[in-house]
Amino acid sequence: MYEGAVQDLIDELGRLPGIGPKSAQRVAFHILEADGEDMKRLADAITTVKEKVKFCAICFNVSEENTCRICQDSRRDPSLLCVVEESKDVMAIERTRSFRGKYHVLGGSINPIAGIGPDQLHIRELLSRLSDDTITEVIVATDPNLEGEATATYLYRMLGSIGIKLTRLASGLPVGGDLEYADDVTLGRAFEGRTVMS
Amino acid sequence: MRISQLTLTDFRSYAQAQLTLQPGPNVLLGFNGVGKTNIAEAIGYLSTLSSHRVSQDGPLVRHGEQQAFIRADAHRGTRQALLEVEINPGRSNRARINRGNPVRATDVLGILRTVLFAPEDLELIKGSPTVRRRLLDDLAVQLRPVLGRVRLDYEKVLKQRNALLKSIRHQGFTATHESTLAVWDHQLAEAGSHLLKARLQMLSALRPHVATAYEQLSGSVRTARVKYLSSLDGEAPGARDSSADAPGPADPPDADDLSTALPDPGAADVASLDVSALESFSREDLAALMVQRLSAVRREERDRAITLVGPHRDDIAFTLDEVPVKGFASHGETWSFALALRLAAYRVMVDDDPSEGAQPVLILDDVFAELDARRRRRLAELAAEAEQLIVTAAVDDDVPASLMHNALRVESVDQISQVTVHERD
Ligand SMILES: Nc1ncnc2c1ncn2[C@@H]1O[C@H](COP(=O)(O)OP(=O)(O)OP(=O)(O)O)[C@@H](O)[C@H]1O
Ligand SMILES: [Mg+2]
Ligand SMILES: [Zn+2]
Repeated sequence: MYEGAVQDLIDELGRLPGIGPKSAQRVAFHILEADGEDMKRLADAITTVKEKVKFCAICFNVSEENTCRICQDSRRDPSLLCVVEESKDVMAIERTRSFRGKYHVLGGSINPIAGIGPDQLHIRELLSRLSDDTITEVIVATDPNLEGEATATYLYRMLGSIGIKLTRLASGLPVGGDLEYADDVTLGRAFEGRTVMS
Repeated sequence: MRISQLTLTDFRSYAQAQLTLQPGPNVLLGFNGVGKTNIAEAIGYLSTLSSHRVSQDGPLVRHGEQQAFIRADAHRGTRQALLEVEINPGRSNRARINRGNPVRATDVLGILRTVLFAPEDLELIKGSPTVRRRLLDDLAVQLRPVLGRVRLDYEKVLKQRNALLKSIRHQGFTATHESTLAVWDHQLAEAGSHLLKARLQMLSALRPHVATAYEQLSGSVRTARVKYLSSLDGEAPGARDSSADAPGPADPPDADDLSTALPDPGAADVASLDVSALESFSREDLAALMVQRLSAVRREERDRAITLVGPHRDDIAFTLDEVPVKGFASHGETWSFALALRLAAYRVMVDDDPSEGAQPVLILDDVFAELDARRRRRLAELAAEAEQLIVTAAVDDDVPASLMHNALRVESVDQISQVTVHERD
């Protein structure tokens, strides 16, 4: 254990995803030894992002305004909705330029070990978006791993009865993987070959 | 299949050792603790990427070192492959095939096939159900490496589902819980049915060979039998919890209760299937049956917050005629039964790929010391069918003379193992 401030920093860093106790320590000492100005910029970036950036009130993608650019874009097809786990998945799909509809970001996947169930995800908001007839097809693009599959199955069961066309991103995606890491070509192809779930 | 050269670097008690193995029998001789089993373990590891003694890789690396290497020239008929595995505890292992670029270690799975019998295999009879389930799962994965993925998936789904049951117990049961649980039932049944189907296939493939191998080893008139005890069978012991402190399961629901508990009409025909004939079920039937059984035990699962149905709750019964081996058979009989299981696995692998040169390498660690003279002789005859046999023994005289071909002497000098060709006097 280190003294006060240093240990606090290590603890906070250790809470971040993908950072174990060892890396937290390494990053903390890097910060300690780094140039003061550089670290001030980092601290400011964190503060600004927390102040300015919020989540789109419609799709829950990250946005600097109340609703995001994609939701505001009238050229995008309002009848197609792609459901993803995280904002970073929106970025990945946008890069492929294969999809011209809109998005809904769930904010994760059903993962009981992490304490995440349907109520912790933006599923209720998804249902209310589907309550009028604008959206005719929902594409479930959750990650091709167990939790993503469970989430897709859950959505399928919830939405199966309301008469909206439901498709799942086709195989070709590496199983057990993260959507974000699929290369653009694979992801683009997965969009073209999506399979009907209902 | 055979290995010609084996090189170990910082593996267990070996700093650097190279040994030449011959087709047919190879015998590793030496006192207790000199490093004979370490060689058997290394060959097994090259084939399955797991040790028969430890579940973690750490102990495989020589004390004070960071990584270990196992390298072998494997031959299959006229084809040859140089396999290298780099063991990095705590990090991912790597492999190289024919001096190519490093690849994931799992890419070597399926190239070298081995069957290893070791004293630890007594646990197959005496140990917990986990050991018996592993026998079938490991064999299935050796035959079809993709099943390794199914096995991992099943374990993950099981963890998720148990976590959900725990939070249900904690927070009280809600409608959302019910629909989320249904999703994990489905996932569990998908992965679980694939795993179960593979196990049942392995068991029916093993069955005739276990009977023959036991008969050949022992000359006994009693038949060695294997039976799968499935938690899908509400009547089977595997479905019950045997621990004394746990509340006993409710009376098995009768047929009426079961049909009202059906989750969806599509599964209705499952109720008419004969659960004692699981081996004839299709994978889809197994999945449907599993979903049905899960809903039948819903209340008990909620009370206990663990998953009570699925391949992780199953067991295998070993009997001589109708008498259980565990608790009744003598030491030598128990040993022979465990050995018969491994010899049967060997023959299942030969059946699976009967082509020239595809026979697994047969490794018998410390097996002869426990057998009487007659069983030793019979085993030596059986083992001679292998293209390559590797035997270890601490006492030279325990090994039947017919196997004393390529005898290697293992010694330990300053706690480092060495292997030399043994000159017979
Ligand atoms: N990671 C390691 N580093 C160094 N030495 C090790 C390591 N793991 C095991 N050993 C040593 O290897 C020896 C055991 O080797 P092994 O199990 O092969 O013996 P054996 O020849 O089969 O003996 P036995 O006849 O009793 O079965 C022990 O002396 C042990 O201390
Ligand atoms: Mg030994
Ligand atoms: Zn939006």
